[in-house]
Amino acid sequence: MTDSSKKQYWRANLKVVVILLSIWFLVGFGLSIFFIESMNLISIGHLGLGFWMAQQGSIYIFVVLVLIYALVMDRLDRKYKVSD
Amino acid sequence: MFPLNVQQPILAQADPARIWTWAFVGLTFALYLYIGWRSRVRETRGFYVAGQGVPAIANGAATAADWMSAASFISMAGLISFSGSDGSVYLMGWTGGYVLLALLLAPYLRKFGHYTVPDFIGARYYSDTARVVAAMCAIFVSLTYVAGQMKGVGVVFSRFLEVELWLGVVIGMGIVAFFAGLGGMKGITWTQVVQYFVLILAFLIPSIAISSMLTQDPIPQSGFVFSDISERLNEVLLELGEKEYTKPFGKFSQLNVFCITAALMFGTAGLPHVIVRFYTVKNVRAARYSAVWAIIFIAVLYTTAPALGLFARYNLIKNLHQSTVTQIELQTGEEKPQVFKFADQSASQQQAVFKAVQQAQQTNLRAETDPAVAKTSITYFLTSPDGKPLNWATQWQNTGLLKVEDLDRDGHINLKLIEFKGADDKTETRSELAKIDKDIIVLSTPEVAGLPPWVIALVAAGGLAAALSTAAGLLLVISSSLAHDLYIRFVEPNATEAKKVRVGRIAILLGILVAGYFGINPPGFVGEVVAFAFGLAAASFFPVIFLGIFSTRVNRAGAVSGMIVGLVFTMTYIVLCTADKVLPFLFDAPILTQDQWLFGISPQGIGTLGMLFNFVVTWVVSMCTPPPPEEVVALVERIRLPGEAGAAADH
Repeated sequence: MTDSSKKQYWRANLKVVVILLSIWFLVGFGLSIFFIESMNLISIGHLGLGFWMAQQGSIYIFVVLVLIYALVMDRLDRKYKVSD
Repeated sequence: MFPLNVQQPILAQADPARIWTWAFVGLTFALYLYIGWRSRVRETRGFYVAGQGVPAIANGAATAADWMSAASFISMAGLISFSGSDGSVYLMGWTGGYVLLALLLAPYLRKFGHYTVPDFIGARYYSDTARVVAAMCAIFVSLTYVAGQMKGVGVVFSRFLEVELWLGVVIGMGIVAFFAGLGGMKGITWTQVVQYFVLILAFLIPSIAISSMLTQDPIPQSGFVFSDISERLNEVLLELGEKEYTKPFGKFSQLNVFCITAALMFGTAGLPHVIVRFYTVKNVRAARYSAVWAIIFIAVLYTTAPALGLFARYNLIKNLHQSTVTQIELQTGEEKPQVFKFADQSASQQQAVFKAVQQAQQTNLRAETDPAVAKTSITYFLTSPDGKPLNWATQWQNTGLLKVEDLDRDGHINLKLIEFKGADDKTETRSELAKIDKDIIVLSTPEVAGLPPWVIALVAAGGLAAALSTAAGLLLVISSSLAHDLYIRFVEPNATEAKKVRVGRIAILLGILVAGYFGINPPGFVGEVVAFAFGLAAASFFPVIFLGIFSTRVNRAGAVSGMIVGLVFTMTYIVLCTADKVLPFLFDAPILTQDQWLFGISPQGIGTLGMLFNFVVTWVVSMCTPPPPEEVVALVERIRLPGEAGAAADH
């Protein structure tokens, strides 16, 4: 594997991580803490959306983020042929 | 002193719940022993990283069991139950930290391929000092943590099996010593897989039952949101003069919710016993997928816990508020208990009972200063407003975790703040629920919900599984830090394989003895420190590991000064805010009181600020000093690529 393709692989890897962690920050800190009060004005079932996000929704999204990471990295590994 | 005082059982001897509990605990323990025996190992690779042949899904379940401690199983739903909306700090803190671990640390540390976290820090920062500091931090964090697990074991044994606390701890220690000492990481991994299924079943069954009972929806996660239970609870709480459950920032300010959540997240990602689990799988890809499995397994409990917390709070109030006192029992030392029937007695007879209770309370006050005076335990027998006897309330009073008092002497327990005439005829205002420990919420749910005795037994076995699985993982970290990072490295680098494994086993036994001692005689600071361990891990480990992977420029000088600044700042602030609890022999009040907190940040959340300082210092110092040597840059570039040489290097 050449040095430039190593660099490309690392950049692509960073891009994936930055995108996923931005969502992590938006959901965990944005919707569930900073804007929880305005989110609570919207309701889901019998609860405020902010409360539900903080105690349920964020966890579901965290699971999905880790899953997407594994799947996307698999594709990157194959594309750059770095898997073992 | 440990808050539990175990007494002779008051209820009938042939309690079916206790027989079931002995059966379940005996059965699961036998299973753990059997697995430990089957997976005994002879070489270091098996001992520390299970030979790196653990399948992703099994490693996921083991990680989940390792991760979810006695605190997650026994205490968390209770904590949320009493924190309402702000309980989200624990939920998001502990699961969100997992995302950081899975995306930023786990795959690269697996690629690095050694045995321990201090290994990585020592190699990346080409410094034995850094390695020793990291090993010490790992030992310190893990020891305080493991003492907490042993306490959990003690609570379960003393409440459900009515075994003396010390004996419960000794039994627990013996079991862990067996499967961890014999099988090392391999033994621990396969026992943890089984322990995960025990603990998750034990958590789900009562949650499903209480959800069906209160919301007519068997799925707690959907009953939580689609039934009107939250509105009913808010109403009841307002009636009692308390805050609404679903309203944010009642317990913590918004800034503190942010800081505590972040400190828990970054701290969790830096906990050595969880990181080390990723060293046990075959390759980087397997590390990623085992992270996926682990967070799915964890989420099952973490999305159920807030539902259980809400249901349990509602149920507890419905049962206890306006409950009727039927009988009061006074027992001093080994004497036969004095039983006072209460219901259907004349007013003057009832007043005589209260007189006896008052006398007992005064004796107890004297007993606190004079060891010659025997304490009298006062137990209230209650029936709920709809006429059910509340046996669980009686039993929890015996453990000292629940305390009720009929202050206004009207024969009912009232959860509202009430005015009454106290000692010296002064008017006082208090609730008649004098004390309720958060641990009661999960452990009493099956009884409060009136479930069959075998469910109660299952919850006891689940609590033990959670405590033992985490304790085992922590002990392995202590053992590897002591034996591998310190002893083998500095004292006897040329030890044979057999000798290395033997040293590892001795280190595990040492760790178990110290942890057991703290479990039986917890020093005042253990409870405090466990709560702050995350902040300390966030402020010391996380930035150094993270920058070590994502930057080739940070160097030894930067990392060492960053770790020191982060750790010292966080530790100092915590000590200043909790001086009365951490150093009780020097201070009787905190040095910094709540209104003097730095920007109003609580000591639980200060790790976030400590971590920022660590990042800044590491970066600035690294920039002002020469870059790291070429072989370190090559090492960083190597761990960024998943392929090539996946096996652990031999040393």
